[in-house]
Amino acid sequence: MTLAIERDQGFLDAIRRIADEVAAPHADDVDRSARFPVETIEALKTEGALGALIPTELGGGGESLETVADACFELGRRCGASAMVFAMHSIMVASIVRHADGSPWFQDYLRRVARDQRLVASVTSEVGTGGDLGRSIAAVTPGADGRATFEKQAPTVSYGEYADDLMTTLRRSPDAEPGDQVAVITSRDEHTLEQTATWDPLGMRGTCSPGFIVRAEFPVEQLLPVPLAGVLTQSMVPISHILWSHLWLGIATDAFDRARAFVKAQAKGRPDQLPPTATRLSQLMSELSLLRAEVRNGLREFVEADEEDRESLSTMASILRFNNLKIAASEQAPRVCQGAMSVCGIVGYKNDTPFSVGRHLRDTMSACLMVANDRIHQTNASLLLIAKDV
Amino acid sequence: MSDRQDLTRRIRQVVGEHGHLPVDIATIDDDSDLFQAGMTSHASVNVMLGLESEFDVEFPDAMLKRSVFESVRAIRSALEQLQVVAA
Repeated sequence: MTLAIERDQGFLDAIRRIADEVAAPHADDVDRSARFPVETIEALKTEGALGALIPTELGGGGESLETVADACFELGRRCGASAMVFAMHSIMVASIVRHADGSPWFQDYLRRVARDQRLVASVTSEVGTGGDLGRSIAAVTPGADGRATFEKQAPTVSYGEYADDLMTTLRRSPDAEPGDQVAVITSRDEHTLEQTATWDPLGMRGTCSPGFIVRAEFPVEQLLPVPLAGVLTQSMVPISHILWSHLWLGIATDAFDRARAFVKAQAKGRPDQLPPTATRLSQLMSELSLLRAEVRNGLREFVEADEEDRESLSTMASILRFNNLKIAASEQAPRVCQGAMSVCGIVGYKNDTPFSVGRHLRDTMSACLMVANDRIHQTNASLLLIAKDV
Repeated sequence: MSDRQDLTRRIRQVVGEHGHLPVDIATIDDDSDLFQAGMTSHASVNVMLGLESEFDVEFPDAMLKRSVFESVRAIRSALEQLQVVAA
């Protein structure tokens, strides 16, 4: 068919190879040691994957959001933390590509991300805002010679120490209201990270996401040229929910595959009898199907709305739609992993068998906390008072 | 008082009542960005509800977005548009 689709397939083949040959063999060590999945990220850089969403004219891969979502799914099947790092980087890149096309600095920046495979992390959450990404306390403080500074207390910065650049959300100025936000890119030589907490979590251990006080000094042209509000509703939030849910689906799919392998191994031992776990596996398949349907639909609806009229992504109906994707997927993915564990029994519970699903369960349990579902329900509850057709 | 002035006055009253602005609505002109002035997303929903009840209209989903409620003038043109549709 078209050239674009062929390229997408080639990219996905490469991602699958990285997932199988690099991410999978290191996944247990990354998890056990709570260490950054450096091998996978290096392999992704070699493949140019950190520039996947950047247009070809800027030296990127020009891949579609669908392709990158599939890549998150494939990586998630082998190492949830690797997939999460790739997803979070891609969310930031997508936000810049979609909202900074008028800025020469950001066009050049995207070229550098593609050329040098720079890894971008985000500093969005903030101590004292109750998890509301739409409000900031830290502010851009103007300085001399077109430069500015900020200091932000972040409760978590995923792979902050390993990123080349940070994208930080801030109030526009020291006297701006909490909702009057902007985003800024700073590179390693423009910011410092003072670690304020340890990192020994239940799951997603390889994302290395402790708290930091981030301080930076930067030229003002590195501020995203549009207000953050539109970036959040049209890109950052829905694309986060889409890419996260794809990698959660990947993790849940691998948990299911392990349960299926377990039942098959049981069946081989007694070819004439249906193993008692087989029925439970069938029930689990329907749970996985529900998850897959919601995740795939969410992506399709986003792409359709975006192509038809990007502004429509700002409507409350759209915000509710993609909030629901996040809530549904984050609740369903650990349910599938727990189901896989009950199929596999003790060999699923143990960490060192081919049927281990403990890491899958722990990784997906982080899903409901990444922007707390309670917080999202609160927003939805308010929007439901006024939205009509949801 | 013209219809438009009256409409503006009633919009300002609703925004003043439900927008939870940190400043007096009287200090905000028709073009000021209400979100920049400190209206939260939650308060904006209350403003929408207040407007629906004050003007006995329903905002269709396509209108329920930040840009439609970002200033008194934007709200006024949305309401005028709705009343044109109704008429």
